[in-house]
Amino acid sequence: MNATLQPRVADPVKLAAVAQRLRLHVLRMAERVGQGYVGQGLGISDLLTVLYFHFLRHDPQRPDWVERDRFILSIGHYAIGLYAALAEAGIIPVDELDSYGADGSRLEMSAPETLTGVEMTGGSLGHGFGQAVGMALGQRLAGRDARTVVLMSDGELQEGSTWEAAMAAAHHRLDRLIAFVDHNRQQADGPPERVMGIESIPDKFRAFGWHAQRIDGNDRMAIVAALDAALTAPAGMPRVIVLDTVMGCGVPLFANREKNHFIRVGADEWAIARRQASEVA
Amino acid sequence: MTATATPARGVSGNILTSDTGGATRLASAPFGHALIAAGERDSRIVGLTADLGKYTDIHLFAERFPQRFFQVGMAEQNLIGIAAGLARTGWVPFTTTYCVFATRRAYDFIAIGAALGRANVKIVAGLPGLTTGYGGTHQGIEDLALMRAIPNLVVIDPCDATEMAQATAAAAAHDGPVYLRLLRGQVPVVFDPATHRFAIGAANLVRDGGDAAIISTGLMTGRALDAATTLAAEGINVAVLHLPTLKPFDHEAVLSLLARVPRVVVAENHVIHGGLASAVADAVADAGLAVRLQRIGIPDCFCESGSLPYLVRRYAMDAPSIAAAVHRVLDPRPTPG
Repeated sequence: MNATLQPRVADPVKLAAVAQRLRLHVLRMAERVGQGYVGQGLGISDLLTVLYFHFLRHDPQRPDWVERDRFILSIGHYAIGLYAALAEAGIIPVDELDSYGADGSRLEMSAPETLTGVEMTGGSLGHGFGQAVGMALGQRLAGRDARTVVLMSDGELQEGSTWEAAMAAAHHRLDRLIAFVDHNRQQADGPPERVMGIESIPDKFRAFGWHAQRIDGNDRMAIVAALDAALTAPAGMPRVIVLDTVMGCGVPLFANREKNHFIRVGADEWAIARRQASEVA
Repeated sequence: MTATATPARGVSGNILTSDTGGATRLASAPFGHALIAAGERDSRIVGLTADLGKYTDIHLFAERFPQRFFQVGMAEQNLIGIAAGLARTGWVPFTTTYCVFATRRAYDFIAIGAALGRANVKIVAGLPGLTTGYGGTHQGIEDLALMRAIPNLVVIDPCDATEMAQATAAAAAHDGPVYLRLLRGQVPVVFDPATHRFAIGAANLVRDGGDAAIISTGLMTGRALDAATTLAAEGINVAVLHLPTLKPFDHEAVLSLLARVPRVVVAENHVIHGGLASAVADAVADAGLAVRLQRIGIPDCFCESGSLPYLVRRYAMDAPSIAAAVHRVLDPRPTPG
């Protein structure tokens, strides 16, 4: 096995502390604008913690390092989570998080590729997967062993372009491509099973020729283990990891409320949310 | 580019035999050969197609550089998406399909994947306007309007084999997204490769005259030159301004000509709204010029299927129709429409 594919040892205590800081960053950004995709940002903090602080080979001092592993955020509205990770990793200044969603800010509500550390402009759902396939092809053609990691959402799987990309990745045997699907069961018009059923997600990917896993996406060590399994999966197959996540995870006030794509938060609730995020590690 | 009348292996038929714009020579697969030449100069160039390799001449590049060619199947959104990903990892992808599929099916992917971030993606699209008799499903009649509306995108409609080859080289050298209409197979040679110089954004005054002007793009320039020759025999001297780049638009060339000759026929292989005529009208209106303008192009309709000679006459896209339109702009009486 290639040395670069060797799983690394994860430190659960360190990862827990980082995830907590990411959640506090998310709350800080959302509170300042009084809105935002706070549920998505909290729900995906565990994945972003594992990616940026355990898995991805990147250099915060050289965000454009050509050998880096690439993380593609197809779901641009999860930017609030990505910004938290980029700031915590030292790629963008932590103080800049206060400008999230403000007029004239680099930190737009949907992550733009003009910002350091953002590989492509997502947000129009169904784009990131195909571009990730192209990047994985490009890395292989260049002889680099860099990994390409793409994050999609459950609702995004309804876009036909997703399956064009899934087919192409398997056809071209892109085994350095890892796709994550955030299955939080909330899209704009409600849960996917009511909007347009997409299950079984792992079975669909397996039928397309992928190595597929499904895990608790808020269990950081389960994510670590799934990535280890992805690295050692049979050669020639792209890998997908379906994450069952809870929107608002880490803040019981939000996680337990009736869910919506866009969580409404009362002005008096932010202090409670911050306190809860500080307590839950 | 190889100037020859002998079809290259695997190159599909002569799509322009109905009307070669007066050209007597044909060149085989100018895009395919020019892309190979560009690929030999620049090892970053890669090719992709959506199951139309043989029909877009890119199969020649695939045979020459098999490791640098990717088949994506019938999936135009993915064609552009994968190309954008390749561009973001340092490659210069040339993608091919037909105009209709690139622009109608993959519009959002061209706009967001390629243009928004100025990804270095080249979209080379075949069967522009009336270059196939196959009917509305395959005739790219409104692609220029769609592409011209997208910021950051360079939009090129070459006239002939010479310009197809030169525009391919120019697209390869340009750092940014390009939409390039493709003339495939046996392509007429209108411009002399030894003297013609295509540059992105530059119009070419290919014939001067003071009675009226024809501004044309794409293969219509060959017909415009034929019309100008006919008119010259009648004592009418017509300038022909060839505008192969729809975007960026050469305002200076258009306005300086129309300030001098304010009677113009605009001819394009495209519907008469949203393309070259609209761009000229915008420029004229912005500049406050008083100009008499007639449009030659496909009216607001999907075209029938049929033979190209029939269709070109049916939609008044031939050289005699251009000459007749020049007579109309020269008529001092008010012109309808």
